[in-house]
Amino acid sequence: MAAIITIIDYGAGNLRSVVNAVNYLGYQTRVTDKPSDLQQANSIILPGVGSARRLMDGLKTRELGAPLLDYLSLGKPFLGICLGLQVLFEDTEEDGIKCLGLLEGRVRRLPLEVKIPHIGWNTVSLRGDHPCLSGIKDGSYFYFVHSYYAELQDTRLVLGLTDYGARFPAIIAKGKLIATQFHPEKSGEEGLHFLRNFFEECL
Amino acid sequence: MLTKRIIPCLDIKDGRVFKGTSFGSLRDAGDPVELARRYYEEGADEIVFLDITATIEEREIIADIVERVSKVIFIPLSVGGGLKSLEDIRMVLLAGADKVSLNTAAVDDPGLVTEAAEAFGRQCIIVAIDAKRRPGGGWEVYTSSGQKATGIDALDWAKKVSTLGAGELMLTSIDADGHRSGYDIELTRAVSQAVTIPVIASGGAGGPQDLYQVLADGKADAALAASIFHYGLYSIGEVKAYLAAQGIPVRLS
Repeated sequence: MAAIITIIDYGAGNLRSVVNAVNYLGYQTRVTDKPSDLQQANSIILPGVGSARRLMDGLKTRELGAPLLDYLSLGKPFLGICLGLQVLFEDTEEDGIKCLGLLEGRVRRLPLEVKIPHIGWNTVSLRGDHPCLSGIKDGSYFYFVHSYYAELQDTRLVLGLTDYGARFPAIIAKGKLIATQFHPEKSGEEGLHFLRNFFEECL
Repeated sequence: MLTKRIIPCLDIKDGRVFKGTSFGSLRDAGDPVELARRYYEEGADEIVFLDITATIEEREIIADIVERVSKVIFIPLSVGGGLKSLEDIRMVLLAGADKVSLNTAAVDDPGLVTEAAEAFGRQCIIVAIDAKRRPGGGWEVYTSSGQKATGIDALDWAKKVSTLGAGELMLTSIDADGHRSGYDIELTRAVSQAVTIPVIASGGAGGPQDLYQVLADGKADAALAASIFHYGLYSIGEVKAYLAAQGIPVRLS
């Protein structure tokens, strides 16, 4: 039986696109806002649309923060998308919100000399040789929508970099924790390829 | 490098794709799901669905179209036309849209832009501006499918909505729309330089050179076109190949 992918519903984001892409690849989904579902999960996606405040408040009011951190401490498969990448860090300049603090570093606002939000297809320069990058060409295009970016301490975690006003991590990996600043579920065939790699390599 | 987006626009009426001229007569251009899939395969960067009837019945038809399209197409989908409230926006987002565009409703109630940005994130709120040249210079905002003059200056309005919470602007020249004789370059450039959010140019595409002009000279971040794609005058691939040859950064598959 195909694995069931748990998708966290923190009450602010539109989860439909992520669910559609996961289902399209042949995996079942469980969209949940219950702490007990996170405890039993074997793979979790934290999608990110909306604001950091809504995401962090949403996790807090649903008491999802602690079970999510417990889950991550076990080194089980996890994919954070966009804000789902940003909230893994210590804090963000977006409303000065304190985040999950799982990764060292801060989230900063894109500089004023570029149009914000960064919306559209941008190239990702790949680094290293990770199974999640299998079959993906260096310089492939992915779809971005964000105004903030992660500035992380440990650059060994970076699998891909993108330039837009600043150079920032587009893909991060730490064990089976994978996070992308772009939206793989909205990045066409290349995005689906990336998601398929994640499921095949990490589950 | 961030690429310029090429966005086919599907005007929907009675569940079919239509294309009109200068907000006037209409021609049937096909099935929306089939067309959307074709554009996805040809390399469209995004797809826009516009409800040109702006009725409650049509909104439900569009929600159903978006629901079907979003299961087989993995690029951003926007829906606009007749959305008036947070509930309307929520309905199309839940159906699978990634963004919505607000036009008349934003003019009638600018607070809706802020409320929508706070509720759903500004990245999914596009404000659509239909602008018409004034005889004495400048451009005026029109609403209600280009029928109603508002007296509002288009540049002032663009700046205002970008501070209210719009994540992007979709700028249509009423003078140029449907004529296939080029975008209003001057309007696009003026708006694009007046705001710090991305601008999608719309109205007037007749060929690849028009898209080139509006992206290069008009400083648009994206170009929207309808009839040149619907009637098979040019494929999205042909347009992108032309733009790439002219030095415009585009996503080529």
